[in-house]
Amino acid sequence: MEPKIGVYICHCGSNIAGTVDVEKVAEYARTLPAVVVARDYKFMCSDPGQDLIKNDIKELGVNRVVVASCSPQMHEPTFRRAVQEGGLNPYYFEMANIREHCSWVTESPKEATEKARALVSAAVRRVYYHQPLESKEVPVHPDTMVVGGGIAGIQAALEIANSGHRVYLVEREPSIGGHMMQLDKTFPTLDCSACILTPKMSMVGAHPGIELLTYSEVDYVSGYVGNFRVKIRKKARYVDDTKCNGCGTCMTKCPVKVDSEFDERLSKRKAIYTPFAQAVPNVTVIDREHCTYFLKGKCRACEKFCERNAVDFEQEDEILDIEVGNIILTTGYQLFDPTPLKEYGYGRLDNVITSLEFERMVNSAGPTAGHILLKNGQEPKSVALIHCVGSRDEKYHTYCSRVCCMYAMKFAHLLKEHVHGAEVYEFYIDIRSFGKGYEEFYNRVQKEGTVFFRGRPGEVTDVALTPEEKGKLIVQFEDTLVGKQRRLPVEMVVLCSGIEAHKDALDVAHTFNISIGKDHFFTEKHPKLDPVATMTDGILIAGCCQGPKDIPDTVAQASAAAARVLALIDKGKVEIEADTAFIDEAKCSGCRVCNLLCPYNAITFIEKDKVSRVNEALCKGCGTCVAGCPSGAITHRHFTDQQINAELEGILV
Amino acid sequence: METKLKPDFLSEVASIPACDKINECIQCGVCSGSCTTAEHWEYPPRKIIAMIRAGMKDEVLNSSSIWYCVSCYLCTARCPREIKPANIMHALEAIALKENYKPPTKTTTMYRSFARSIEQNGRIYEFGFMLEYFLKTNPFAALKMLPMAFNLLIHKRMPLLPKAVEGRHELNRMFSNIATGGYR
Amino acid sequence: MRYYAYYPGCSMEATGAPVEKAIHTITKPLDIELVELKDWTCCGSSPFSGVDKVKAMAITARVLAQAEKSGLDLVTPCSSCYTILHEANDLMKEDHKLAWQVHEALTTVGLNYNGTVRVRHIVEVIYNDVGLEALAAKVKRPLTGLKVACYHGCQQVRPEYGYDDREYPDWLDQMAKALGAEPVNFPLKAKCCGSSLVISETDMALDLIHRLLQNAADNGAQAFVSTTCPLCHTALDAYQPAVNSKYKTHFNLPVLALPQFIAVALGFNFKQTALDGNIVSPRKLLNPYFNGKIPAAAPAEPAQKAAA
Repeated sequence: MEPKIGVYICHCGSNIAGTVDVEKVAEYARTLPAVVVARDYKFMCSDPGQDLIKNDIKELGVNRVVVASCSPQMHEPTFRRAVQEGGLNPYYFEMANIREHCSWVTESPKEATEKARALVSAAVRRVYYHQPLESKEVPVHPDTMVVGGGIAGIQAALEIANSGHRVYLVEREPSIGGHMMQLDKTFPTLDCSACILTPKMSMVGAHPGIELLTYSEVDYVSGYVGNFRVKIRKKARYVDDTKCNGCGTCMTKCPVKVDSEFDERLSKRKAIYTPFAQAVPNVTVIDREHCTYFLKGKCRACEKFCERNAVDFEQEDEILDIEVGNIILTTGYQLFDPTPLKEYGYGRLDNVITSLEFERMVNSAGPTAGHILLKNGQEPKSVALIHCVGSRDEKYHTYCSRVCCMYAMKFAHLLKEHVHGAEVYEFYIDIRSFGKGYEEFYNRVQKEGTVFFRGRPGEVTDVALTPEEKGKLIVQFEDTLVGKQRRLPVEMVVLCSGIEAHKDALDVAHTFNISIGKDHFFTEKHPKLDPVATMTDGILIAGCCQGPKDIPDTVAQASAAAARVLALIDKGKVEIEADTAFIDEAKCSGCRVCNLLCPYNAITFIEKDKVSRVNEALCKGCGTCVAGCPSGAITHRHFTDQQINAELEGILV
Repeated sequence: METKLKPDFLSEVASIPACDKINECIQCGVCSGSCTTAEHWEYPPRKIIAMIRAGMKDEVLNSSSIWYCVSCYLCTARCPREIKPANIMHALEAIALKENYKPPTKTTTMYRSFARSIEQNGRIYEFGFMLEYFLKTNPFAALKMLPMAFNLLIHKRMPLLPKAVEGRHELNRMFSNIATGGYR
Repeated sequence: MRYYAYYPGCSMEATGAPVEKAIHTITKPLDIELVELKDWTCCGSSPFSGVDKVKAMAITARVLAQAEKSGLDLVTPCSSCYTILHEANDLMKEDHKLAWQVHEALTTVGLNYNGTVRVRHIVEVIYNDVGLEALAAKVKRPLTGLKVACYHGCQQVRPEYGYDDREYPDWLDQMAKALGAEPVNFPLKAKCCGSSLVISETDMALDLIHRLLQNAADNGAQAFVSTTCPLCHTALDAYQPAVNSKYKTHFNLPVLALPQFIAVALGFNFKQTALDGNIVSPRKLLNPYFNGKIPAAAPAEPAQKAAA
């Protein structure tokens, strides 16, 4: 059918019309080949504006539409919809950006009008060669995988499972719970962390819709949104989880003692163990790096004493192959290790501890039964809490870790509560108490008598200069609000370390094909407007793996990610953009250069046909393969050579 | 007594080599907390930076504070914004001497004598420089140093005569070439 | 044989003379040849940069330009000179205006600097280029049982050179151990001696020196192994009597600069080690070693690199 082009020049109020002579441009458009109508109008994106297009299609037989207005990022979907409602294929539409690329970047009307004419001319010539394209639809698998069993993963899994859909919750530790399980009380409500977390953990363990895969890791992911195939490695526990009932007899009999990771190495666990009493699942695991049997071939005491015959030294890793429609990453964080800050003495001086070590001590189920103790077993009479350790620092992490001010103040409160008469000092640069109830909590801690010094200490030393300093840890700092350097002797120093990404975050990002930032936190699709999606459709992120945050924000993000997933499952299908690459198999020489070039792993080589083929669901239309193909066998739909050349001609004419 | 603020002071200091990051200071106090001699500073290092940003040029340069910097570089090693407070203090010293501020410290005289010794001899002539310094400031203080000076002398660590090297002529030629007044 | 351009610095001819002499004693046995720059002038120094930064830079650049002609690494024993030379190298690459002004000045004396010199500290040269194993292999007189506090000082490790820890360095400890001695825990090992202001703020400097002496004594040290910096050595050694006088203390801690210490371990006599130049005399402490009364154990095992 002969192309009949309708051209519409938008005034956009004075945004365009203030600089570009829109009437002149419309006049010019009327002279262009195949143009049957050219109009200018105040606001093309408005209903009357869109009606102009629809009417012209109906009454004038317009079958190609050019709108010269703002950026396609703004209104391409709007106009495509209008064209479609008018009865045409939406891809018979082209937009010329005469605002962001034209009227907004020059103050000269002459230049702007000339450029607008060139842009319209290019769009007109291009749209002449547009083809009708159909967006593809792919079905969405209703199952979901959540990677990481901390509070974020638990929340997301429960939200989705409660709607009746299946969730695989994969956690690499022997139990779910994450770091939140290590905490004593949570700010600002001072809820007992385990008390609010364990009910959720139980729900996960008991939920018929959640397949809980602990002591497991994701080995390989392939596929695309709605259709992922995942290989999960269930690591060998050497304990049969269908038989073990968590009675704990094996733990009492095991002769090997290992530093407990859960207790931050402040206590010992056995080689066969559950990390903590409320573990879900309540099934032991054998740590083969320390087990006498695996190291020397002897012992097997656990096996002897297990009444359920649950110990199985022959057990092997199991690989599970599953299909899911969406994946939510909730892999969490690790605590910054303050050892490199030699000036604070962690590792060199006794009684300089990290925040997680403090949490374990103050926790009544912890290694010291809730007593905060010095190395000599006494309670400290004075404690210094240093903020911003490893955060806000060009040498370590430039970002602020968001939670440390609040947890430091929580520690101050707990110290006042646990240690009668203790002197507590906080050393801060700024107090960040931004959340609901946070500022009030700061006020409360001040009322309780904790002393706040504004000044990040220069060093913590044990070299005494006066008799009062002997045997103490001396914090040397400037009280910046007073303007004087001071030395404060205390008995214990708590380093409020920051949150950092897991050391293997880069590997995880590669496995799931998502972007990662310079601090190794996963990159969200848009920092303000889309914090739980990633640039890879179907993969979402929630919690601290996206950036440091407290529990309320983590839970909110987890629920948000779950909602996003449920919306997609509910819709049942997902639309794939039509401007994908297409390989002409007759021309393809099988060189596979495109396979390597594709940043989205969207091209596979078909062995039996010896040609490459594009998976259109994964293809993002970037054009790299099109440019790289030495045989010219790849076409980019909606960006064909003919269309692009026409566009260039339009500009040069 | 409030002196007039000099708003150009910040850009003046920020334009000196190695002092450009002064704008990034978050006033955390690690520099003052680390400073070896902080107890002697009227305004500790962090406060000096705040005063520079406030344009308090006269207060800063009339104070003896900056002259207590011993170049231990603990501040520079620990600053979370990687600012170089020690370099800033020495840059301020140069401005103070060039513009003839008279802070209550003998270190100004010491630096001047030191520089003069180099200009005259090409190298520092320790005995002569110390002599000139004590005569200019407090001859009696020299008496306290006598035992130590004597010790050094008998251990052959205090040459009494200057050793003026040929290179001093080259130094002076270079100095003439450099427009006096630092960086402008 | 390894060749280096050598820049002693002004103090090595005066207060640092014993350290300088010891350096030249140990170079041959360690296969080092130090080629002193001809007609060298002061490096620019901290006080000078407090007077006029551009002039100071020009002075430093002259030294660098001279060194560049030799094509060798430039080695200095003075930590202060080291800091200034190192910083000038970096600054001239970053600050083009400064580099231009300095370049102009250099051309008036027929010199040119292209930024190719590698500035090195002699302690780092001994640690890296000679190495602990080579050092240990040459020991003839191991300092067995001698408890030493290893004083690194400030500017050997700060502001930033990319090696040895800036807060708790231990290269001197490792070398002392390789020579048979027992380095003691010495938390103030990289804290300031105050010598840059010892002339004009004597009391303040004596206070700082007192802290160092006290900390070493408290930890059971019998002597110091100090960096080669003449200012640090003078502070601990020449000012020790003044500290005793002011604080009514009785410190008697000989200060053996690293080259002196190495010279003793390599078997040189008292005069060759230049220990007669020390004001706090090490003669009594070291006599047993010189007289061979300490049983000569096999040369010490090279110290393992201490965990960071």
